[in-house]
Amino acid sequence: MISLHINGQTHQVDVPEDMPLLWVLRDVLGLTGTKFGCGIAQCGACTVHVEGEAVRSCLYPVGALGEKPVTTIEAVGRTPAGAKVQKAWLENEVVQCGYCQSGQIMSAAALLTQTPKPTDADIDAAMSGNICRCGTYVRIRDAIHSAAEA
Amino acid sequence: MIMTGLIRNIAAAAALVLAFAPVSARADAQSDLVARGEYVTRAADCVACHTVPGGKQFTGGRPFKLPFGVLYSPNLTPDETTGIAGYSDDDWVRMLHEGVGRGGKHLYPAMPYASYTGMSREDALAVKAYLMSLAPVHAPAPENDIGFPFNQRWGMMFWNLLNNPNKRFEPDPAKSAEYNRGAYLVDTLGHCGECHTPRNLTMGLKNSKKFAGAEQEGWLAYNLTSDPKSGLGGWTDEQLAEYLSTGQTAGRGPASGPMAEAVEHSLSHLKPEDIKAIVTYLRGVPGQPDGPPAAVAGASPGPADPLGERLFAQACAGCHLPNGAGRQSPWAALGGAHTAADPAGTNLVKVLTEGTQLNTRQGLMFMHPFTGAYNDRELAALGNYVRSQFGYQPGAITPEQIAKQREEASPKPSKPST
Amino acid sequence: MRINELEAPSRRFLLKASVLAGGGLLLGLRLPGLARAQGAAADAGGSFMPNAFVQIDTAGKITLIAPHTEVGQGIDTAQAMLVGEELEVGLDQIHVQPAPPDIKKYVDPNLGDQATGGSTSIRSDWTRLRQAGATARVMLVGAAAKQWGVDPATCHVERGVIHHDESGRTLGFGDVASAAAGEPIPTEVKLKEQSEFKLLGTNAKRIDTPSKVDGTAVFGIDAKVPDMKFGTLALVPTKGGRLVRMDEAAARKVPGVRDVIRAGDEAVAVIGDHMWAAKQGLEALAPVWDGGANGAVTLTSLVAAMDKASQKQGVVAKDEGGAASAIDKAATKLSAIYELPFLSHSPMEPLNCTLHIQPDKAEIWVGTQVPVRAQKAVADAAGLAPEAVTVNNLYMGGAFGRRLDVDSVEVAAKIAKQVSYPVKLVWTREEDLRHDYYRPYYYDRVSAGLDGDGKLVGWTHRVTGSSVMARWAPPGMKGGLDPDAVEGAADTPYEVPATFVDYVRHESDGMNTGWWRGVGPTHNVFVTESFMDELAVAAKQDAVAYRRSMLGKNPRALAVLNLAAEKSGWGSPLPPRCGRGVSVQFAFGSYVSCVMEVEVSPKGEILLRKATVAIDCGLTVNPDTVVAQIEGGLILGLSTAMYNEITLTGGAVDQSNFHDYRAMRINEAPKISVHQIRNSEAPGGVGETGTAAAAPALGNAIFAATGQRLRKMPFASGLRGA
Ligand code: FES
Ligand code: FES
Repeated sequence: MISLHINGQTHQVDVPEDMPLLWVLRDVLGLTGTKFGCGIAQCGACTVHVEGEAVRSCLYPVGALGEKPVTTIEAVGRTPAGAKVQKAWLENEVVQCGYCQSGQIMSAAALLTQTPKPTDADIDAAMSGNICRCGTYVRIRDAIHSAAEA
Repeated sequence: MIMTGLIRNIAAAAALVLAFAPVSARADAQSDLVARGEYVTRAADCVACHTVPGGKQFTGGRPFKLPFGVLYSPNLTPDETTGIAGYSDDDWVRMLHEGVGRGGKHLYPAMPYASYTGMSREDALAVKAYLMSLAPVHAPAPENDIGFPFNQRWGMMFWNLLNNPNKRFEPDPAKSAEYNRGAYLVDTLGHCGECHTPRNLTMGLKNSKKFAGAEQEGWLAYNLTSDPKSGLGGWTDEQLAEYLSTGQTAGRGPASGPMAEAVEHSLSHLKPEDIKAIVTYLRGVPGQPDGPPAAVAGASPGPADPLGERLFAQACAGCHLPNGAGRQSPWAALGGAHTAADPAGTNLVKVLTEGTQLNTRQGLMFMHPFTGAYNDRELAALGNYVRSQFGYQPGAITPEQIAKQREEASPKPSKPST
Repeated sequence: MRINELEAPSRRFLLKASVLAGGGLLLGLRLPGLARAQGAAADAGGSFMPNAFVQIDTAGKITLIAPHTEVGQGIDTAQAMLVGEELEVGLDQIHVQPAPPDIKKYVDPNLGDQATGGSTSIRSDWTRLRQAGATARVMLVGAAAKQWGVDPATCHVERGVIHHDESGRTLGFGDVASAAAGEPIPTEVKLKEQSEFKLLGTNAKRIDTPSKVDGTAVFGIDAKVPDMKFGTLALVPTKGGRLVRMDEAAARKVPGVRDVIRAGDEAVAVIGDHMWAAKQGLEALAPVWDGGANGAVTLTSLVAAMDKASQKQGVVAKDEGGAASAIDKAATKLSAIYELPFLSHSPMEPLNCTLHIQPDKAEIWVGTQVPVRAQKAVADAAGLAPEAVTVNNLYMGGAFGRRLDVDSVEVAAKIAKQVSYPVKLVWTREEDLRHDYYRPYYYDRVSAGLDGDGKLVGWTHRVTGSSVMARWAPPGMKGGLDPDAVEGAADTPYEVPATFVDYVRHESDGMNTGWWRGVGPTHNVFVTESFMDELAVAAKQDAVAYRRSMLGKNPRALAVLNLAAEKSGWGSPLPPRCGRGVSVQFAFGSYVSCVMEVEVSPKGEILLRKATVAIDCGLTVNPDTVVAQIEGGLILGLSTAMYNEITLTGGAVDQSNFHDYRAMRINEAPKISVHQIRNSEAPGGVGETGTAAAAPALGNAIFAATGQRLRKMPFASGLRGA
């Protein structure tokens, strides 16, 4: 049994230690807001926060979590940066298919927590690991800037 | 933290012993011998060479590209026709000590018998007992592809005269037991010098330059001497122990390529006291100022190559983090890695073009080769960015270097995703 | 993609109203005469094609049963806007529910199938959904007026409430829904004039967005069914290959693995308690395949075969004015070969399907662009009647045409029918990339002649490539001609005195090909607009001016070209190593012009400085969505033009994931400005236009910056460093 702290709740899960957090979230806990896109840390669709930092859950073994708290898209709205980002995402009408957007929002929220007023270069550094095949990049950039202003 | 890591490793080793233990009701003595043999086999890292990547363990067939041709490792399972079934004890010991197989057939020194020659007869026979306990697998190795005169195996006699001392390991009475245990593990079983010691004109180990670092199959095996700049002189004992048993340690980067294999198959299974013995022995290796200096933490030199920076953010930061601190795991931390500091970028280019992997207690740590979608100019820029950011030196990797490696890279089977 | 060239849907619809089970109104529309065009899918009588779009229950809940499905293009919102405009309700009052498979009711008249693709949705829905909304409103008002005993003309509707203006009385839609079902169906309803629109033409917020920013949206891959297990599969790497061996015992030993299920020689799945168990199990299973007849195919061998095929004349698509002799007599002759690579769709959401197949019925949860085909695939695999298969069509994490095919549903059904429990089958990215229905490789020969003044006098274009139409919709073929393969080639916006276009159908061994965003135009606009640029260079004329000279009879095309040129600062000086390139197209019923501005670094890196797009897509439902579609379509087009090609070795696809099949990232994306010409022309398609416009403008810009003409994609590997 591994005990996990996710979105403020503790869960006991009976899974192997090397099982990536992504599949524990999606298939064991039913938190399907976190998405599977590549499985090799190349697309960012699976991004969650571990101790407030953006990580790729597809390559993050649950055994490595220990007591560290995890936040997913389902609860990021409860953080100040997450709430701002979600609001800006709606106002800027960023979303197309939406599949990458959980990961985009998690990356953006982590960025704003660390760098409240990011420059374009900061955005490039923090967001280039998140692929959007629908090509919403122009609006993602605008939305991050407007969230920073809010 | 290191201690817990080591304890976990013991647990892992114990689990493996259980998994590999023969199920038939043999005499206890025999199963003790097999268990000991398994440990020695691990310490001697037989599996790395005698398994094709992704293939069944010990069945051989792994190709070795040498300057004079391609050799394939033989099957070590007790198969009647393709394996080691029927080896007598004396033949077996002679093979390990002298490089002469059954029927007087000379082995090529790709098999490190010049190191194994130090092995005690007991250990040699323990290895045999363990291998004989494996399920036989019919696996003929491909024909070696070697031209004249190297295909004349008798020629190895001369090589042996020059390069194989054919002497068992003898402890140095002036040193501690721990030191001597370390020497046996490093020089004889672990055959570390085979990669880390430069070779002489006849391809024998150049012992005047013991552990000064050498290139092997395109990878640079770093300087293991106590030299503070190029060797391990700057490492703490703890760093060294953690690196050997896990394949990474903070501020020194992860093991990759053949070293990752050595950690995965061999070093990570060794008992903590054996790791400690290895550290003690390596500490006593006199410094040799050869090879690229290790990274000296500092500021990155001048502005980063914007192309390299962009590519790093896209394809690398997902695991390594923009600052190289490692996002996903300690194995992704790049800061201070010798590989990042090497001005020639030898291993960096290798990793970029061939990828690397290391199976750890936390699962498989891997990096894909990036040649599929990134061109030579891009990968060179990326390499130079890594060097400037995490090796703290300006980079000089050229697109031509990447192109050459791209040609030579044997694309490994695609790494699994989750 | 024009599957059937149907008449535009009739302005007059016949309606059928019925009482909903439990009370309420269900409006069905009949499209007389449409059936004949449906091909095999039509019912035999062919005279009655009801469409059910609007449903209002007694609680007043308004449900739009949407004929088109959401892949990210914003169609849920657009369909709701069309209905809501005439129904006089707010967008927030409409629930959109994807239509169940029922080709008679939900056919896309432009595609002849219940399908979402080819940028046809708005063109197909523009009239019929407004008609549905207006008719429902008239009947609801009629019922209320009857109850009050007043003239319906004295009533009006606001946000789903019927008001009798003089008396101030009100009734909700729900109050009169049942009664409305008994109202006579108006034979003609008057639709609003453009000037009266409240919703249409506004930047209404998309209705699917909130659930997509908080993680609650349910995509196909998110389906949750009680007691479901999770599986992943390995598919035969080479078309026509077979499974030689696998280590089933090893797979079953992996903790959490439940089953190893084989679907003939084409696939094997490992099913477990979660994807991780299935993944690990599949790894342990280590299936070994034989390449079969295509085991030696490489990209080089395929292209060589295509080159050979392209040397003979194909089926003639257009022959006007004697192009060959015009070129023969021309002062300057040019010819070139253009090549477009196989491409994968790689939508962000890998293919997946959740199924529960029982002896007498089945249910599936999937995101599909073609629900009827998905239903049939399961029915056929499971030996059930289509009606016994329930399809839950969920959000798609992108598709770009990939989900117009149902191979993934079919193989899933072959696996799921062997187990008793519900199972979610998810393809890894590797399987997704290696088993796509790829955008065809095209090998095009073009030639042209210019007179002494540089004026174009003759143009020939031979398209060689596989025909998706012939596989996907055989009735769409016109005597051996695939109209999609030549769309954008046989009908350029330009006035050319002599044109000859032909098509050589050439299927590549071992490759499945399918619809890929932008279909015909994405291929042909690249060829024609790049070659047009070559002609302008040969004529020593400015690329925009040269095009203008041939657009005199095409004012809408000329207008978008002028607008894009103006907004991009065409002709103004640029820093060294920079260049601008232009493209013009008429495709999917819309006019688009794009100007790309690029810089090519000394290392040969292509930096996208900015993109300027002008579009005239006629009447517009949601301008902001148009902008978003152009932005996204452009980025997909640029991304693939710069980086992507699928290659083969030993009959198997080499690429496997985003580390070797590159996708554009935010730090490479250009600034994009989109300028829309608003008018009252018939609505055109938008979703694919940006993708078609991208590559030619980019290639032309690279030429302007470097003098290197790239006739083959991906550009990044063709460009020489300097
Ligand atoms: S699924 Fe984790 S980065 Fe793509
Ligand atoms: S919105 Fe579809 S992938 Fe980003």
